[in-house]
Amino acid sequence: MATSATTLEPAPPQEAPRRRRIPRKATTEPLWVRLLLITIAVGFIAGFLLMPLFIIFKESLLKGIRVYYDALENPHAVSAIKLTLLTAAIVVPLNTLFGVAAAWAISRFSFPGKRALVTLIDLPLWVSPIVAGLMFVILFGRQGLLNSLFWSGGKQVFPILFEPAGIVIATLFVTFPFVARILIPLMQAQGSAEEEAALTLGARGWQTFVYITLPKIKWGLFYGIILCNARAIGEFGAVSAVSGHIQGLTNTIPLHIELMYNSSQMEAAFALASILSMLALLTLVLKSFFGWQAERQAKEALESTP
Amino acid sequence: MSDAVSSSIPYRRFGNRTILPGFHLSLGYTLIYVSLLVLIPMAFLVAKVFTEPFAATWAKITSDRAIASYMLSFGASGIAALINGVFGFIIAWVLVRYEFPGRRFADAVVDLPFALPTAVAGISLAVLYGKNGTFGEWVHWAVGPEAWRAGWATANSNIGVTIALTFIGLPFVVRTLQPVLEDLSTDIEEAAACLGATRWQTFWRIIVPAILPAWLTGMTLAFGRAVGEFGSVIFIASGVIGRGEITPLVIYTTLEEGLYSQAAALGAVMLVFSFLILVVVSLLQAWNGRVTGSASV
Repeated sequence: MATSATTLEPAPPQEAPRRRRIPRKATTEPLWVRLLLITIAVGFIAGFLLMPLFIIFKESLLKGIRVYYDALENPHAVSAIKLTLLTAAIVVPLNTLFGVAAAWAISRFSFPGKRALVTLIDLPLWVSPIVAGLMFVILFGRQGLLNSLFWSGGKQVFPILFEPAGIVIATLFVTFPFVARILIPLMQAQGSAEEEAALTLGARGWQTFVYITLPKIKWGLFYGIILCNARAIGEFGAVSAVSGHIQGLTNTIPLHIELMYNSSQMEAAFALASILSMLALLTLVLKSFFGWQAERQAKEALESTP
Repeated sequence: MSDAVSSSIPYRRFGNRTILPGFHLSLGYTLIYVSLLVLIPMAFLVAKVFTEPFAATWAKITSDRAIASYMLSFGASGIAALINGVFGFIIAWVLVRYEFPGRRFADAVVDLPFALPTAVAGISLAVLYGKNGTFGEWVHWAVGPEAWRAGWATANSNIGVTIALTFIGLPFVVRTLQPVLEDLSTDIEEAAACLGATRWQTFWRIIVPAILPAWLTGMTLAFGRAVGEFGSVIFIASGVIGRGEITPLVIYTTLEEGLYSQAAALGAVMLVFSFLILVVVSLLQAWNGRVTGSASV
């Protein structure tokens, strides 16, 4: 520390170093406080977060591996898995495209109403999933104001509500902010000097985007996609409201889990839950990795800009 | 967070004053997408509510069942946010300030409630805190079967609702506090120590004022998320009408019963609440910007 006396004498040889008490740094807590806080934090994380995860795997294997596989091979489970994957395959690319377009418009240009637009993009994260589903039931439903457009003779003109299309639309709503809100701050931090240089040197707009912008935002984009995908696969409330709950037709994995759980087929419910949990763990690993890379990219951009 | 967006690049007055292409294309696409997916459905929900006479709507949103559900939703979410405020702070502090084996792992696990599908979390919590579950068994043994039946049950009860809402809210507090704690310079703490402050005084007078806006932001986010939460709650809630229903569950059951205007009225209430949360969060973030001296977080 700065207070130590500066002497020119050589330090005495430390043959038998006495165990000197190292004074605690002024900016940390006594050892017992540190240990106590670490114990509380680790205990809370283990008991409150990891224990539920452990229960899922334990319950799913309670009756053995055979029951586990049977639950996954049940035709209704298979069709739920298919519908969920189909939904994600439609929703994730659409929302990725939207996220890139929105981030480009918001981070590269200024226009009136920008703040309102950003708030609107954030909104689905704070709307209850049930209310999200409700909005589409009202919009497309028979009791809605547009019933003359969507219904004729007691039937839907387009098969939306209580059909797979409704599930896709509801999932689109709850997952569309993810890519955009990751990319907007990242692209703002990076600025557009490189893009401008490329354009000045004669590159076309799309060339600039593909060769300059995409590599710059790559990790942030992956990060957003992985979050969007996780939510698209796991969404329950919004999908529940618009689904007809028809086994084999309009049940997604989370809805099938609910059905199994409520009909006391615990092993089947937890078998599917364990699949989704493994996906969640994979998401966490990828998220840490992409997040770390995206942070590095943003930092590099901040350091290189004058 | 969304506040980063407000700092637009100063030398560019309007969209077309740059050589960058794609302004109309990207903004047009964005606006159409947002309109189709958010504005129009939301407008029709609100329109549906306003096609009914106001008195009828008022009666729907102030019915005994609705009021009881608000009390449970807001009460349990508030308690959950406070619990998360305490434990979220300790976890964020420990992750930022201390070195210990497994720190990175613990850091990654904090996001688990984000990544785990809500229905999966729901059934797992219901089993874990149920009478025969690991934690539920302990509590059942500790309080005795009579107290368990009288309201101390950790599943099929409002305590269970609070547990589930705490589970899903924790990452919001930790992830909001972490960057602020990381940026907190220790110079001021050193100065305080040099001037004779105890560690406790430094904590209350230096650290808490600096992180208070972020702390409140995190708790508001956790609260806002908890009020709308559905999947992780319904399995552990008792669901008794007038006592154990959260508002989203009331909306869901009325929707299933075909009472569309009732569901729409309650949905509109929740929508107004979502906007309120957004407003409060942006105010808190502006305060945070003033306290930490940075325009954007």
